[in-house]
Amino acid sequence: MTTSSSSLTQKVIQGRWIGKIMLILASVGVVWVIGNKAAENPTLFVQQIINGLQLGFVYALIALGYTMVYGIVRLINFAHGDVFMVGAFVSYYCVAKFGLHNWLSATFPGINPGLSILVGTISVILVAMIICAIMAITIERIAYKPLRNAPRISALITAVGISFFLEYFGALDFVFSPNFITYKRPFEVVTYYIKSGIFQLEKGVAPPSGSIIFSNIFIIIVVVSLGLLFLLQFIVQRTKIGKAMRSSAYDKPTSRLMGINVDSIITITFGIGAALAGAAGMLYAIAFPSIYFLMGVTPGLKAFVAAVLGGIGSIPGALVGALIMGQAETLTAAYISTPMRDAIAFTLLILVLMIRPTGIFGEPEREKA
Amino acid sequence: MMKKLDRSTVGFWTVAILFVVLVQVLISTGILSNFWSTLLKLGAVMAIVSLGLNLIYGFNGQFSLGQFGFYAIGAYASADVTYRWVQLHTANGLVVLTMAVTLVGLALLLFSNLLGRIRGLDTLSSFGLYLIGVIAAAYAAIKLSQPLIAPVTNLLASMPENVALNVVFFIAVLISGILAAEISYLFGLPVLTLGSDYFGIATLGFTIIVKVLLDNSDTIMGFEEMKGARGMVGIPKVTTWIWVAVALLIVIAIVRNLLHSSHGRALISVREDEIAAKAMGIDVAQQKIFTFVLGSLFAGIAGALYAHINGFLHPNTFNFIKAFDPMIVVVFGGLGGVTGNVFAAFAWALILEGFLRIWLPQGFETWRFVVYPILLLLMMLLRPSGIFGSFEVPFIKRALPPLPASLTGESTNAQNGAKGG
Repeated sequence: MTTSSSSLTQKVIQGRWIGKIMLILASVGVVWVIGNKAAENPTLFVQQIINGLQLGFVYALIALGYTMVYGIVRLINFAHGDVFMVGAFVSYYCVAKFGLHNWLSATFPGINPGLSILVGTISVILVAMIICAIMAITIERIAYKPLRNAPRISALITAVGISFFLEYFGALDFVFSPNFITYKRPFEVVTYYIKSGIFQLEKGVAPPSGSIIFSNIFIIIVVVSLGLLFLLQFIVQRTKIGKAMRSSAYDKPTSRLMGINVDSIITITFGIGAALAGAAGMLYAIAFPSIYFLMGVTPGLKAFVAAVLGGIGSIPGALVGALIMGQAETLTAAYISTPMRDAIAFTLLILVLMIRPTGIFGEPEREKA
Repeated sequence: MMKKLDRSTVGFWTVAILFVVLVQVLISTGILSNFWSTLLKLGAVMAIVSLGLNLIYGFNGQFSLGQFGFYAIGAYASADVTYRWVQLHTANGLVVLTMAVTLVGLALLLFSNLLGRIRGLDTLSSFGLYLIGVIAAAYAAIKLSQPLIAPVTNLLASMPENVALNVVFFIAVLISGILAAEISYLFGLPVLTLGSDYFGIATLGFTIIVKVLLDNSDTIMGFEEMKGARGMVGIPKVTTWIWVAVALLIVIAIVRNLLHSSHGRALISVREDEIAAKAMGIDVAQQKIFTFVLGSLFAGIAGALYAHINGFLHPNTFNFIKAFDPMIVVVFGGLGGVTGNVFAAFAWALILEGFLRIWLPQGFETWRFVVYPILLLLMMLLRPSGIFGSFEVPFIKRALPPLPASLTGESTNAQNGAKGG
């Protein structure tokens, strides 16, 4: 039947156009729906883009931990989302219980309050990062290291077990308690609006219609995330540890022969990933100030999807994937259907994997030798 | 012509049937309380699900986390059918679903026949064509089945109430299993071409999409009676120990005989080395999809049985963390082992739902999920190849080729072992 058909049909079939046309039609439909609604209210659209960026940068910080650990040990570290949760809680305790954000003005009373808050916020982030890193390194030593040579599935099940443990240990009454806790921000929220210029919005005043609103939370999230991303890029590309990480990810036995202590490099990778997750936990809690012991599950999964979307193992891929994920989520919530927000991430993932089986920036899988 | 039965076969069936009857006697005499009999049923259901997963992952080497998605589909589909019969006294769910399952199955067969003849068709295109066909078939089924509803309802109503309920339940279990299998075929077609980890992630995504859809089943999907995230109630509790035990025995027999056949050896060879299998003339893609569909069929059937144990379903039963349960059971029982798998399923149900509820002292109830992961970690550290290792009862052992080193000890499969070193 195919031999007698015309060359056009042949071309359509062999050029894989049937699938592509369907996909293009579907995406044109989606773009049309969103574009129509966006054209009705362009400021709302820009607002959603800003919200999506804010979410995307937080996802990027989490996704980096997934992607680095996967790149080096080929382990999907499901406990990573719960490290993120611990980061949020640590920063909460720092601010609400110990008042760490005020330490500068407490020790030097006459100091400029703005500077004090800035230094305080940075030190809270640093404490969250350090505690998360120490925790992740301990977990790695206790749970993952003995399984280095075991089947990969054992390490995966262990990761799920650790995830369970962190969640439900955190849910105990004397740890984090199983309730929702209102997060206390270390600084005051200042809101700005853009309408022919940037103005500060007074408290309790409604913004003028047709203006785009953003707050200092957005600025903090973007600045901190970009700073950490550049720091990570510097560590990975310019330092000796980064070089060792890259070489271990590429070929472990050869790296060992070159005198690299692969075990400690793996531990450091876990630590760096967890530090980023800790920072992300605090930023997320600042943006969505309600924390509880299962809060890490959904952002963790989304960030993981972002890492896969960008090509797991690739650092720029994680950033790009996370930004796409953030946009997809906010646009779906705003224009298509709010409850489907959580499903859209995976629909997108499955579609992308069908076209690019190893993600956007992923290297093609090596053929088995 | 009667084949002479083997000693191990006779022994296995005698012990199995004696065990089933013994438990049934204990239940009917009231020695085994409701709590424990429910646990046994849960264990048997988990055994069916994890046997399906073991086929997919343990024997065919496809790392799937989507088993609970199909489990959820089976559970909700069958629950909807029986709910409509018991609470609304109409067989429309039964008739429509049966018709849809039949027509979609025919459409899938037809399409696979037609598309198989076209060379050079990529997965995305064929997936799109299948999708169109399935949607058309489902639409036709809904239209065609309308005139049949009234006669079937009357027929069932003329039976004694108990018999009618069990008939509806039986058909519901079967068609929900087939529904799950058909969905898995459609989903597996494009996804099974992915590499191992990516396949796992895509199937995990499937589980989560199913869960989100179930959360909104009353609003987006329009099934009022499923009540979305509030949980579905009023499902008849018709699953008895005999139902699940018989289903489990049938599944064990199917798995054993499948693995004993040349088909089974082919699918095991795909796990060992895809390229070598291809070189031996095995259609790797077909073996993968076959195993995936069969495993999902088991998951759907198990889900249908599960739905009627407690008479209550909630989308959170099928969330992403629970999706690891069958995987945990499979790994504990030993990958690629049937005996260990069944035992691990019962042990899992008894420990997690039973002992951890009873043994923990007063005031420590919330520690259940703290103790469970610690047990999990200890198990993984002490016995990474499963509680039973490579032990099998003789009945099943005869059917299996000897386990390769890749499953008993060193690494999961050669491909990852090379990288993992």
